[in-house]
Amino acid sequence: MKTKRFIVNTACHILLAVLSVIWILPILYVILTSFRAESGSYKSYIWPRGFTLDNYINLFHGNSNINFTRWFTNTLVIAIFSTILSAFFVLCVSYVMSRLRFKMRKKFMNIALILGMFPGFMSMIAVYYILKGLGLLETGVLKQVALVLVYSGGAGLGFYMAKGFFDTIPKSIDEAAYIDGATKWDTFVRITIPLSKPIITYTLITAFMGPWVDYIFAKVIMGNDSQYYTIAIGLWTMLEQEFVEYYYTQFYAGCVMISIPISILFLLTQKCYVEGVSGAVKG
Amino acid sequence: MGIKKKKAQPVYDRPGDAATSQVFKKGNTVTKASFFVFGLGNLMNRQIGRGLFFLALEIAYFIYLFTFGISALGDFITLGTAQQGEVYNAALGIYEYSAGDDSMLCLLYGVITLVLTAAIVFLGCMSGKSAYCTQVRKEKGKHIPTFKDDIKSLKEENLHAFLLAFPIFGIVCFTIVPLIFMILIAFTSYDHEHQPPGNLFSWVGLDNFKAMFSQGSKLAGTFWPVLSWTLIWAVFATVSCFILGMLLALLINRKGTRAKGFWRFMFVLSVAVPQFVTLLSMRTIFNANGPVNVLLREFGIIGATESIPFFTNALYAKITIICINIWIGVPFTMLSTTGILQNIPAELYEAAKIDGASAATIFRKITLPYMLFVMTPNLITSFTGNINNFNVIFLLSGGGPDSMDYYYAGKTDLLVTWLYRLTITQKDYNLGAVIGILVFIILATLSLITYRRTGAYKDEGAFQ
Repeated sequence: MKTKRFIVNTACHILLAVLSVIWILPILYVILTSFRAESGSYKSYIWPRGFTLDNYINLFHGNSNINFTRWFTNTLVIAIFSTILSAFFVLCVSYVMSRLRFKMRKKFMNIALILGMFPGFMSMIAVYYILKGLGLLETGVLKQVALVLVYSGGAGLGFYMAKGFFDTIPKSIDEAAYIDGATKWDTFVRITIPLSKPIITYTLITAFMGPWVDYIFAKVIMGNDSQYYTIAIGLWTMLEQEFVEYYYTQFYAGCVMISIPISILFLLTQKCYVEGVSGAVKG
Repeated sequence: MGIKKKKAQPVYDRPGDAATSQVFKKGNTVTKASFFVFGLGNLMNRQIGRGLFFLALEIAYFIYLFTFGISALGDFITLGTAQQGEVYNAALGIYEYSAGDDSMLCLLYGVITLVLTAAIVFLGCMSGKSAYCTQVRKEKGKHIPTFKDDIKSLKEENLHAFLLAFPIFGIVCFTIVPLIFMILIAFTSYDHEHQPPGNLFSWVGLDNFKAMFSQGSKLAGTFWPVLSWTLIWAVFATVSCFILGMLLALLINRKGTRAKGFWRFMFVLSVAVPQFVTLLSMRTIFNANGPVNVLLREFGIIGATESIPFFTNALYAKITIICINIWIGVPFTMLSTTGILQNIPAELYEAAKIDGASAATIFRKITLPYMLFVMTPNLITSFTGNINNFNVIFLLSGGGPDSMDYYYAGKTDLLVTWLYRLTITQKDYNLGAVIGILVFIILATLSLITYRRTGAYKDEGAFQ
């Protein structure tokens, strides 16, 4: 019995080790290539012949085509503003859907469900023209405002996750507050919100990640204004046919540079993520 | 906080909360008039603030309607009549462009006017109801809420209106109006030959849909294969990630596994990296000269100059994409299932063990049903998400390899990436809109049926 358990345990660990290697290797390759001294794109070998930090240095003292620092700050600013707006929207809507009962509630939820089924960027062209009509595509800065609006405008529809979380907070807590004379608003601000740190963090992170990951909307709105590019379009540009030979290694350096802050953020809040998925009040 | 008196005397018991038609029947003249002169009932009963609010909105709407709205609606019906033309300017001796109608803007302003009109009709009903409420209160001799009460109620009885106002405004502007607009485009001739402002486009009814389904046409010959690949992809992507991710979570969580945190970290790392970074790197990794092919060459599995066509052969490309998606998706599932797996009551497992159930039986009879119960909504979302999974396809293969038999689509194009090509590259907005609507119909039928059946939807209060 003991030997059998030992064999099973060893097998499991070996399997896990093999799997983690598969999951780590691509990441390792990205890091390796970002330090590669030889320029040019694809090589007939994997381990670099020489190592250098130039790829990173060039990224920040780049020429006119590649303005990594600028792209980074652009994305950061857009991400921060759209995070605040969309987290506000999401929390409001999900609290209302979870706790308040009113006539249009079921209808609203069904409409949200239906709207979620249209492909997101089907409406992109129309959004583009609406923004143009509002005069938000005149200058680069306004385009950034437009992008914030695009990222957070419809955020209220993504309330399912937070609503599910609010649903797990016992109603008796709210009722106790009402008996003490609290209004519903007080209950929301002073009781539900403090109890919901995991889901708030989760909402904030997902909203924050959006601008870093989105390619299409940013590209459509920014057009050729490379000064105002976000990271995603910028990096994509580096892989285009005419650039790939020059910027291949720099592309990977850029990838590492933006992966680090995002990964740290993500790992720090992973706990909240798991808690957010599994509910508010335990026991 | 102390007990406030307000609790004992609810100001907002809504005595006249009835359907609009009922209100119209039962209301007195003032109430009836309030449907047309907004806020009249409120103003007559000293609810100045509320009444003026209604009235101001109505006046604003009518000013808009008469200065701009009516002509916008006219243009909406015709989609513009004057085509941009060249006029010979004799004084300067050159041709000048005469400004024509822009069908695109005609359509857009028309939609906006219609949405505003719908909003004003809704407001009219609210005004009528509000007047009726006041009327009933007055008849019963109850307190008529002042404007101050109205403001206060936003924190209590009308908190939902207060909290929803901004999000709904955002949704209307950035989701609903554009959607209506694009749906309407499906019924116009807005393709690469009818590009405003140079050319006008017009209403064509169902012609685009007919073209999409007409037997033997190139469009239909593209639509069906793309649709079937989309469905195959969505099923494979969802099921593989769910099953494998759950197995991985079980593997890490089982009793004998040491250093759980470490293993979890190894997999979470790939989630933490921004998705487009992984996707773009994966594209280069599986390139014809990328590291995977280099490795295979070094191991002598393929010849020194050969390469496996990961993205250039249709079948290989499909398999590669599904595998890469597993790489991306499994850690996500692992993360979200870990918490739920830990929540499965331990008594269930103990009881099963006492009864002598094997590990496989326990998985089949306890773990899987429990997970399916909790995760069904999640699975449906990820299935619909996969049907619309633009990023993976676009950043990995870009829809390629392209096919001559298809109408501007590649072998791995999903409906959404085809939509993207048709609109952004090809400028056939009408066809793009048709595909968008079809995607919607597919998703709606699929998920409304399943979603309504899940426990999570039926009794959402089960755990409250």
